[in-house]
Amino acid sequence: MSMAFTTERIAAAADPMVPRVARLRRRRRDLNDVWTLVLEMEDGSDLEFAAGQFNMLTAFGVGEVPISISGDPAKAGGGLVHTIRDVGFVSGALARLAPGEAVGVRGPFGVGWPVAEAQGCDVVILAGGLGLAPLRPVIYSLLANRRRYGKVALLYGARGPGEILFRSELEQWRRLLDIELHVTVDHAEGDWHGSVGVVTALLPKADFDPDNTLAMVCGPEIMMRFGVGALRDAGVSGSAIYLSMERSMKCAIGLCGHCQLGPAFVCRDGPVFRHDRLGSLLSAKEI
Amino acid sequence: MEADRAKATTSIDKEGLQALLDALAKRGYRVVGPTLREQTIVYDDIKAVEDFPAGWTDEQDGGRYKLVRRSDDALFGYAAGPHSWKKFLFPPIRQLWRATREAGAVKMAPELASTERFAFFGVRACELCAIAIQDRVFMNGALSDPHYRACRENAFLVAVNCGKAGGTCFCVSMNTGPKAESGFDLVLTELVGDGSHLFVVEAGSDKGRDVLAAVPQHAAKPEELKAADAIVAKTAASMGRAMRSDDLHDLLLANLDHPRWDAVAERCMTCANCTMVCPTCFCMTVEDSSDLVGTESSRSRRWDSCFTMDHSYVHGGSVRASAKSRYRQWMTHKLATWIDQFGTSGCVGCGRCITWCPVGIDITEEVAALRSGGPR
Amino acid sequence: MEGLERIVREHPFFAGLKEEFCELISGCAKNVRFEAGQYLFHEGQTADQFYLLRSGHVALQMSQPERTFTVQTVGEDEIVGASWLVPPYRWGFDAKALELTRAIAMDAVCLRGKCEGDHDLGYEMMKRFMPVMIQRLQATRLQILDVYGVHN
Repeated sequence: MSMAFTTERIAAAADPMVPRVARLRRRRRDLNDVWTLVLEMEDGSDLEFAAGQFNMLTAFGVGEVPISISGDPAKAGGGLVHTIRDVGFVSGALARLAPGEAVGVRGPFGVGWPVAEAQGCDVVILAGGLGLAPLRPVIYSLLANRRRYGKVALLYGARGPGEILFRSELEQWRRLLDIELHVTVDHAEGDWHGSVGVVTALLPKADFDPDNTLAMVCGPEIMMRFGVGALRDAGVSGSAIYLSMERSMKCAIGLCGHCQLGPAFVCRDGPVFRHDRLGSLLSAKEI
Repeated sequence: MEADRAKATTSIDKEGLQALLDALAKRGYRVVGPTLREQTIVYDDIKAVEDFPAGWTDEQDGGRYKLVRRSDDALFGYAAGPHSWKKFLFPPIRQLWRATREAGAVKMAPELASTERFAFFGVRACELCAIAIQDRVFMNGALSDPHYRACRENAFLVAVNCGKAGGTCFCVSMNTGPKAESGFDLVLTELVGDGSHLFVVEAGSDKGRDVLAAVPQHAAKPEELKAADAIVAKTAASMGRAMRSDDLHDLLLANLDHPRWDAVAERCMTCANCTMVCPTCFCMTVEDSSDLVGTESSRSRRWDSCFTMDHSYVHGGSVRASAKSRYRQWMTHKLATWIDQFGTSGCVGCGRCITWCPVGIDITEEVAALRSGGPR
Repeated sequence: MEGLERIVREHPFFAGLKEEFCELISGCAKNVRFEAGQYLFHEGQTADQFYLLRSGHVALQMSQPERTFTVQTVGEDEIVGASWLVPPYRWGFDAKALELTRAIAMDAVCLRGKCEGDHDLGYEMMKRFMPVMIQRLQATRLQILDVYGVHN
């Protein structure tokens, strides 16, 4: 093999570890520590993605973190909408970006939600806390193609009434008569007249045929464990329950080793997994 | 068969070996191989035959490595040292890109893959297997690592069949040695004694044949071939360790709650030495830095280890907070889930993790304890 | 009376209860309704009834001087109250109707007497109350964990 050939080919193949430059178009504060960032690629290109995929976002000089895409897959620029909680150096730096500032983007990565497989089925979406963000693209897709699906139930649990993500959109969706929407909070003070209790308690309220239902679950791991348990108790098979896992990620392309969950690389084989394929990995300690 | 082999096999002496080094250098290769440094045998630049650790060997055991003199002046009469070829193929630290802010615009400057062409001289059979394993990690996925690929595709591999088994070697158990079977450009077997010092050479590729043609040689004599075979057979028969390997995947995954993990965690210092010396461990992390005024920032990657707390950190804490879970992750990955991921074990039986563990934890012993049932 | 018995029998909480037991416990039942904001009972009061909710929503609340916390809401087809089952028969929280709420109130003294008189009935009651208690205990554990909180 000649040296020239190799060099030429490598120059041509983009290095998957090098981000592309985007700019913050605008940001909106969703909750006290949660922001939705709308980016645009500097070269004007779009970023097609599947619901449930994520991007690696770089705050230049600070670092890079995986952030799920929370936009509309059918809309131009939908792949550049991210909802992010300010919990660390990098996420904090991203949350504090001013419009016009540069952001590095790699992605989209990973396996998304089974939006196509769900056609013809009842769909139960069980979301907790910030877990609603990676499921929002699913909701957009279901609503855009409503007649392809059976009954649709969105069950959402939040910490408290002040921590309900995408509240105005939830209110908008609740006004639609062809999806069922239930919201509950873990704790509430006196002036909340909605439901209080864990998100799994919403399941008996939802109308779906367990034998023909596809469920998508996203939230803190413990919430997903109990959510899966409640779905199984309601008669939904493990092969019809999907969940999105979170692990440390440095490369997002299966090379850095960080996101291993047993045999799986969460970045490449997930983040969305079918429950029966995860098996005992969901309940094993410190795996 | 034998006749074919005899035809394809030649012998060279020490002068021939120097000619080989020169031929490689002349073709633009940077030759790296075993050499003495800080009382160990490491891999570094080799210009001349004198750079090899002539007359040295090693004594290795759990947590122990010591160089001693041999009774002859063999150049390759020792087992694997602390280095492996991954230090060249997958360097411990490498810059990935730089970004410069100029008048509001950010310019990305990706670090281009190096065009350096290495000749790895003295690659052992287990190391050829380790390279083949890392090839699957870095080059077989949908998105491969251009830096690894460039270095790997440009490399020239001179293998050496092992003339001596180390105290912690168990390549026979892992079916990875001591004879180099494939994946090399040239392979040498060193014959030393009775006043002669020869290297039986076989080419494994056109590249290898081309370089070999530039070296003074003679057709290998039948007794030389026989001696070469005997040396490899003797090495195979004198492995320092053994580990049954046919049942490891299911054995480990069925024993995630075995009390032995607690026992080994009491000894394990989670120092990460085993992962640093392992020729197949590939975990890496990234680090960003910027200048003080914030006009230039860069990202580099460096080796990481599943033994650190940071490795599994998600906001709020580490998934694998206990030493037990981190040792278990390393060993079950290496011996079991690696097979799910890459279709091969991650262990080549080189014994480095045993030798370089400061407390002498022995993977073969841990496997035996898991298999036998109860804790030690 | 017959109407009450039918409502009791048809409430999911008593699904599958033997006919004779339905008759027996219906003697302890009465129809009640609460306007929005009205309390079913207050913390510390004697737990002399429990409620089979037919419609509406009830918030189970605990109060500090400066604020009131809702720890759970229950609605149609669910029940309110288990403290009547075991001594000291005292409510541990307030129960407040969030909207017009209709329910069957079961008299605790009456029901306890019938359970003592017929342990098979008592066992049936326990089998129906225990799962609700376990479920609520589990829910409470998850709430205590504050799983949506930021832990760093």
